[in-house]
Amino acid sequence: MGYTLNFGAVWRDIDLLWAGLGMGLLLALISIAIGAFIGLALSFVLVSKSRARAFAAAYVSVFRNTPLLVLILFTYFAMPQMGIRLGKLESFVATLALYASAYLAEVFRGALLSVPTGLTEAGLSLGLRPWKIRLLIVVPIMLRTVLPSLSSTFISLFKDTSLAAAIAVPELTYYARKINNESFRVIEVWLVASLFYVGTCVLLAMLLRLAERRLALPK
Amino acid sequence: MQSFFDIVWNARFALLGGLGWTVLISVLAVIGGSLIGILVGLVLSFVRGPVCWLVRIYVDFIRGTPVLVLILASFYILGTIGWKLNAVQAGVLALAIFCSSHVGEIIRGALGAIPKGQTEAAKSLGLNFVKTFVLVLLPQAARIALPAWVNTAAEIVKASTLLSIIGVAELLLATQEVIARSFMGLPFYFLAGAIYFAVNFGIEQLGKALERRLAADTR
Repeated sequence: MGYTLNFGAVWRDIDLLWAGLGMGLLLALISIAIGAFIGLALSFVLVSKSRARAFAAAYVSVFRNTPLLVLILFTYFAMPQMGIRLGKLESFVATLALYASAYLAEVFRGALLSVPTGLTEAGLSLGLRPWKIRLLIVVPIMLRTVLPSLSSTFISLFKDTSLAAAIAVPELTYYARKINNESFRVIEVWLVASLFYVGTCVLLAMLLRLAERRLALPK
Repeated sequence: MQSFFDIVWNARFALLGGLGWTVLISVLAVIGGSLIGILVGLVLSFVRGPVCWLVRIYVDFIRGTPVLVLILASFYILGTIGWKLNAVQAGVLALAIFCSSHVGEIIRGALGAIPKGQTEAAKSLGLNFVKTFVLVLLPQAARIALPAWVNTAAEIVKASTLLSIIGVAELLLATQEVIARSFMGLPFYFLAGAIYFAVNFGIEQLGKALERRLAADTR
């Protein structure tokens, strides 16, 4: 093997990698925030007995079974032909948010079903309207139950932000590829990029586990 | 101006060829990854010491890295260290490694879920480790692991779209080439999405049918 390791090219442009990491985290955060709202609304539809349940289930099925890259390319390249022209960042965030909403809808649905019905009945006996019951009683309890799944979904979404490189969003993978193409230090740059991702995932997992323990329901 | 169906008919071989590559790549990656994954799961469950730690680091590292980074790293690095693999082989290798880390975790969890009494009964019958594993543990672990494994297989099919970024002529790249010639982005991205949805939906339904079959004799 005639390859000598030389991390100089990577150290010189390390700022780009940090900027890319920040962009990735930002994209993941915005997407999960929007996705959580949509997912929550969908989950209520999924547990209800209304006819919209089939549409919600179809929506979830479509977004879970279609590859994320196809969704991203569709939103960025195909939607302009329908008249909806979004910038790179907006289209990526919109796609990732809808993708997240489908996964979160399933997660929230399971959590909603696990909330004891006695609580809803207690709310009804107090004379609260259904939407108030949901907002003030069910959702706070469900949020505590759902934190572990929410954490792992967030970490997954952070890894999925690497696909933004496919439409040239200035994210970690995009910058790693740029450094790779300019310096040809293949082993160094991809090793460092992987370490950035793995390190961030490990840190996120630890932080989120701490948060879970703080916010968990008392046993 | 040719209609959409004319263009699809003219491009039918390219698109079918792309679909064929997608299926071939996915099958190879899932089979290879699952075989390695079973070994990984075995090591994580039964081996103690440095070997277990190395495998643990391997699994955590691969799981913490996005698939796209794995694919790009495999594509660029292998040529440098002297492994002359073309894009398809590098892509399948990356997907197989990704699959192996997920399957390893699934098998570890499945093996852990089997009651200890099973191993003890096998020992009391005089079975050695290999016989115990093949005749007693693996069938039960396979049944427990099936839903998650089917999920991983669907993930691999979705990840195969990322190979279009390194120039593998699978379905997504074939679709993009047709789009480049015909400028009909919207219907073709929709078509690609629909095909991937159909494939993954099929895998999901097959998995559910298999589950029902296997669970039938435990009731």
